[in-house]
Amino acid sequence: MRKYHIPYTKKQAFTHPSLYMAAGLCAAFCLSLAPARTAFAEETAAPSRGVTINVYNWGEYIANGTDDSLDINEEFTRRTGIQVNYTTFDSNEALYSKLAGGGADYDVIIPSDYMVSKLIDENMLAELDFSNIPNFQYIDERFRDPDYDPGSRYSVPYTWGVVGLFYNTDYIEEEITSWTALWDDRYAGKILMFDNPRDSFAIAQFLLGQSLNTTEESDWAEAAALLKQQKPLVQAYVMDRIFDKMESSEAWIAPYYSGDAAILVDNNDSIRFVVPEEGTNYFVDAMCIPSTSSHRAEAEEYINFLCDPEIAGANMNYVGYSTPESAAKAYIDEEMVTSPLYYPDDKTLARTQVFVNLPENTSKLVDRLWAEAKMGGPGESAVLIAIILGFLGVYIAIIISKRQKRRRELA
Amino acid sequence: MKKISARIYTFLIFLFLYAPIFVLIVFSFNDSETASRTVWGGFSFRWYRKLFEDRLILEALRNTLFIAVVSAAASTVLGTMAAIGINSMKRLPRRIMMNITNFPMVNPEIVTGVSLMLLFVFAVRLFGGKSLGMASLIAAHITFCLPYVILSVLPKLRQMDQNLYEAAQDLGCPPLKAFFKVVLPEIMPGIVTGMIMAFTLSIDDFVISYFTSGTTQTLPIYIYSMTRKRISPEINALSTVLFTVIMVLLIIINVRSFKDRDSRPKASTPLH
Repeated sequence: MRKYHIPYTKKQAFTHPSLYMAAGLCAAFCLSLAPARTAFAEETAAPSRGVTINVYNWGEYIANGTDDSLDINEEFTRRTGIQVNYTTFDSNEALYSKLAGGGADYDVIIPSDYMVSKLIDENMLAELDFSNIPNFQYIDERFRDPDYDPGSRYSVPYTWGVVGLFYNTDYIEEEITSWTALWDDRYAGKILMFDNPRDSFAIAQFLLGQSLNTTEESDWAEAAALLKQQKPLVQAYVMDRIFDKMESSEAWIAPYYSGDAAILVDNNDSIRFVVPEEGTNYFVDAMCIPSTSSHRAEAEEYINFLCDPEIAGANMNYVGYSTPESAAKAYIDEEMVTSPLYYPDDKTLARTQVFVNLPENTSKLVDRLWAEAKMGGPGESAVLIAIILGFLGVYIAIIISKRQKRRRELA
Repeated sequence: MKKISARIYTFLIFLFLYAPIFVLIVFSFNDSETASRTVWGGFSFRWYRKLFEDRLILEALRNTLFIAVVSAAASTVLGTMAAIGINSMKRLPRRIMMNITNFPMVNPEIVTGVSLMLLFVFAVRLFGGKSLGMASLIAAHITFCLPYVILSVLPKLRQMDQNLYEAAQDLGCPPLKAFFKVVLPEIMPGIVTGMIMAFTLSIDDFVISYFTSGTTQTLPIYIYSMTRKRISPEINALSTVLFTVIMVLLIIINVRSFKDRDSRPKASTPLH
């Protein structure tokens, strides 16, 4: 992680009274944990307003005070007096199920592009009051009025990035420029693919020159055929395991999100990043307020705070993603700002497409085609049924033999 | 020959049990920029330092421990009372009761989780609340811990000589006092086992917590949410700390029960 300094104060980590109720193991353990902290500078803190907002973000997606970064949430509380209950999710779908389940009352959520449009379609987002978010002025023109939120009424971009190819030059000598490298049998067994349908389909769709958001069934079928053809060459369908596999040379080539995998390139001279010439998926994670939120004004204050160029810069330094605000770049490491990994040139960006929500029947089709492509199609379900029948057979045999045994004993 | 193969077998068993923990501990000291879990980059305490600075992990840990302590205590009290009740039932109702209490254990966790979530959301709406949270988590954890407590207390009650309790009353002890003086010490090992079980089950529960947590985050949920990027070796460090603390506690408990046994060779029921 990169180092970046901003003067700020830290608050004691353990203040909740419940801590002291936890006797025995708990107390002993927590005591051993309680870190030595500098005193909290009372005079600089805004008085508490007695409001706590619930923020739901991706895991590991905000500067949290470790490695000398700025603790964003604490800084927000210090400046505004609003408490933040910050929790994390692992996927857009997890976020969606939590919101749709009705069991949670979130004030700020940070879903990705296609999920934003899905939530808008289902009336689950509140329209933002931009008079409370003056820092929206810093958002670059390119990120306003996106396809997933026409008119930018419901969302404010938080980070963005592109999908690209990472490859190890120790094993792959040619210069990779195309997605076709993932179909190259010279690299058979050393190729990784995304373990989610839309990212994987997107690669096939770029090769076929389709729109990522097509609703034509034949288009999706064609892309699925391409993925099926690739399957024997693929070592594994993975998400975060790409880091270990690429670093240990277990795999040679893999597509991934630029911001997440940048750290691979930074720390390994033989790993290179390229955005293939066919174009790529460009993604945005955006801040929204669910329509069920009960603290909208405070939530807007939080969004505004995160859009402050200084804060956004400090945050991106830690998170390692790209900021949608040019003004924030002044606060980001020079190295990151000039790297094409974080900020690809306009020519590359002109070839990108963004995901939007697919209609219900299309997304069902995609899920089915993906399962077939990844698992090897309906042939597998026959195997599954055979296995289940096998188990059933063994179970029945056990019951029968036991019964016979008992009968023999009785006789 | 037989002895050697037996030794190898035992060794393999322990290897499979402890190798993952060993690897986890080793990699918690790994000095690597990319937070790698496979490439060794030298020895350092950086992940420990980072762990103690990370407010989110510590908060999740605090929530997890608080929930575990409260739900273990509550389910132990409730479970012990239930076990005493079940023990004094007639044969048929007892069998029915036992089936009912065993059901949540064989029920798939995800079914329990979803149904509890639906129930809690309904209840919260009914009473005008807005969100699930700590309270619903604790209620859920008590629910799935209860059967384990009942199951570990019941056998102790059945082993106990029923006449002891009556004898205490014969000698002029009021029922409540007789319970605390005679019955409780007899069944104590079962209660302790049940409580420890409830505590550990509560700490590492993911599925049920995932559905009933609302806006509260426990450690397993936090760790799971890291999977988009990579699970930080801070988690290795945290697991190492937890493992060491539990190890030390177990050793202390064992040493003490040993000493107890030595000093009172004819004590009624030794622990374990």
